[in-house]
Amino acid sequence: MINASLKELAAALAAKQLSSVELATLFLERIARLNPALNAFITVDTEKTLTMARAADARLARGEGGPLTGIPIAHKDIFCAEGWLTTCGSKMLSNFISPYDATVIERFKAAGTVTLGKTNMDEFAMGSSNETSFYGPVKNPWDGAAVSGGSSGGSAAAVSARLTSAATGTDTGGSIRQPAALCGLTGLKPTYGVVSRYGMIAFASSLDQAGPMAKSAEDCALMLNAMAGFDARDSTSLERPAEDYARDLDKPLAGLKIGLPQEFFAEGLSADVAQAVEAAIAAYRTLGATTVDISLPNMKLSVPAYYVIAPAEASSNLSRFDGVRYGWRAPHYGDLADMYCKSRAQGFGAEVKRRILIGTYVLSHGYYDAYYLQAQRIRRLIARDFVEAFKSCDLIMGPTSPSVAFDLGDKAGDPVQMYLSDIYTIAVNLAGLPGMSIPCGFGLQGRPVGLQIIGDYFGEARMLNAAHRYQLASDWHRRAPAQ
Amino acid sequence: MSLSLDQVQRIAELARIEFAPGEAEQTRNQLNGIFVLIEEMQAVDTAGVAPMAHAQDVAQRLREDRVTETDQHVAFQKIAPEVGAGLYLVPKVIE
Repeated sequence: MINASLKELAAALAAKQLSSVELATLFLERIARLNPALNAFITVDTEKTLTMARAADARLARGEGGPLTGIPIAHKDIFCAEGWLTTCGSKMLSNFISPYDATVIERFKAAGTVTLGKTNMDEFAMGSSNETSFYGPVKNPWDGAAVSGGSSGGSAAAVSARLTSAATGTDTGGSIRQPAALCGLTGLKPTYGVVSRYGMIAFASSLDQAGPMAKSAEDCALMLNAMAGFDARDSTSLERPAEDYARDLDKPLAGLKIGLPQEFFAEGLSADVAQAVEAAIAAYRTLGATTVDISLPNMKLSVPAYYVIAPAEASSNLSRFDGVRYGWRAPHYGDLADMYCKSRAQGFGAEVKRRILIGTYVLSHGYYDAYYLQAQRIRRLIARDFVEAFKSCDLIMGPTSPSVAFDLGDKAGDPVQMYLSDIYTIAVNLAGLPGMSIPCGFGLQGRPVGLQIIGDYFGEARMLNAAHRYQLASDWHRRAPAQ
Repeated sequence: MSLSLDQVQRIAELARIEFAPGEAEQTRNQLNGIFVLIEEMQAVDTAGVAPMAHAQDVAQRLREDRVTETDQHVAFQKIAPEVGAGLYLVPKVIE
């Protein structure tokens, strides 16, 4: 059951081969046994989980179940969930019991899924290795010496180690795709605006987008069906007709044109990753796709532009954490300004403070034009590169990450090296395009490699189709770490 | 470009973050490293390119001007550090 697809789990529940309570108990037992070493979960609440499972069983018994009713999943601790501790990986919110549900949580509740717990993450989603979490780093289930990736590292490790059937994540600069790649699973960041950001603790509002992390493209499609949809409470939510993201899964790939950006295969890409990605692209040719060389000439500017735009938005978003209405307040302080300064100094970790300071600086008088506006102009150049590229192809493919998972501690002391590990994912967020990562082999030290698939705006169904056909013809996505 | 210690102190003041002793100097070195990366943007000619603030060119929706939320201050203040008589309490600002 721990390796079963969501469709198989739903069928087993419908056929009464097992109950939702039994399924939840199975995963809770695995979490109790394996999580102490992995640190994938920040919060587990057995009673809450079993209450939800009992309600799902009752709903199934009434014949009112949907495709995900009774299925246990985990949520990144960035989503506010009523009555659950919601920390965002930070000391700042280490006492925050959310008084309301994020729209994503609300939609999964309506679908009847069962929450197994809240997963570990880089503090306020700022990180690429899950090492900035106040709750400690997550270990990669494939190799305990390696990072899980980040910022959705807990969700990635939990799915990979089969502590949950699927999970939610969020992606501001690669935070779904990179940990999915490093832990050997399938993860999708939708087009900006497809999934509501209401109740999802904001990092960089013009880039943040939630998406599914699961064992296969088919599972991601079912998860996305539950997550996506217009929400009036998110002013950037797009009003579009509902889509079935699983509708095209089985379509043949004959005629599919895959663009290969030369910048993705240039200097900086590890040989082991290049080899696995090239083998996957060869497999796509066998499946009937053709490839075309393309160029994204401004891609190298995506990291510098991102490290202006994302911190600028973060410095504004995180100004709400002032020790007044919720979150950490320093135990000793003088006047009001002192209370703010001490509460924020104590509540935020080093990486979050760095980004707040960068953001404050680039938005300050005299520097706004040179940094913030210049970064926004470069953002447009990057978006235009994609528009140009999609004139000659349907999907873009390349590596998700320049290397397999690095060792814990390897880059923790060097922010710039850490930032550069997101070189292939950031441009997608700046343009607002959908992107995903699927497992395509193993590299050095037996660590997983991810293939990145980038679609045109609203191309999720097409991407999932391409991913699913590859997964029918390969078994990388079925491999699970020993345990 | 290189940030001075004074500039770093000023930024922290604007961001309402207190530095521990020695932290400002360490932060300065890290920020200067990051700004070397950011400076790569400056060589690019972006004359005539409109800044892109958002991924989708959509206008903000307007809604009817009526009350849609109910009063939940009791639930919301349950998680506040310090409240009294329905108010959030902070150190005295006005003498």
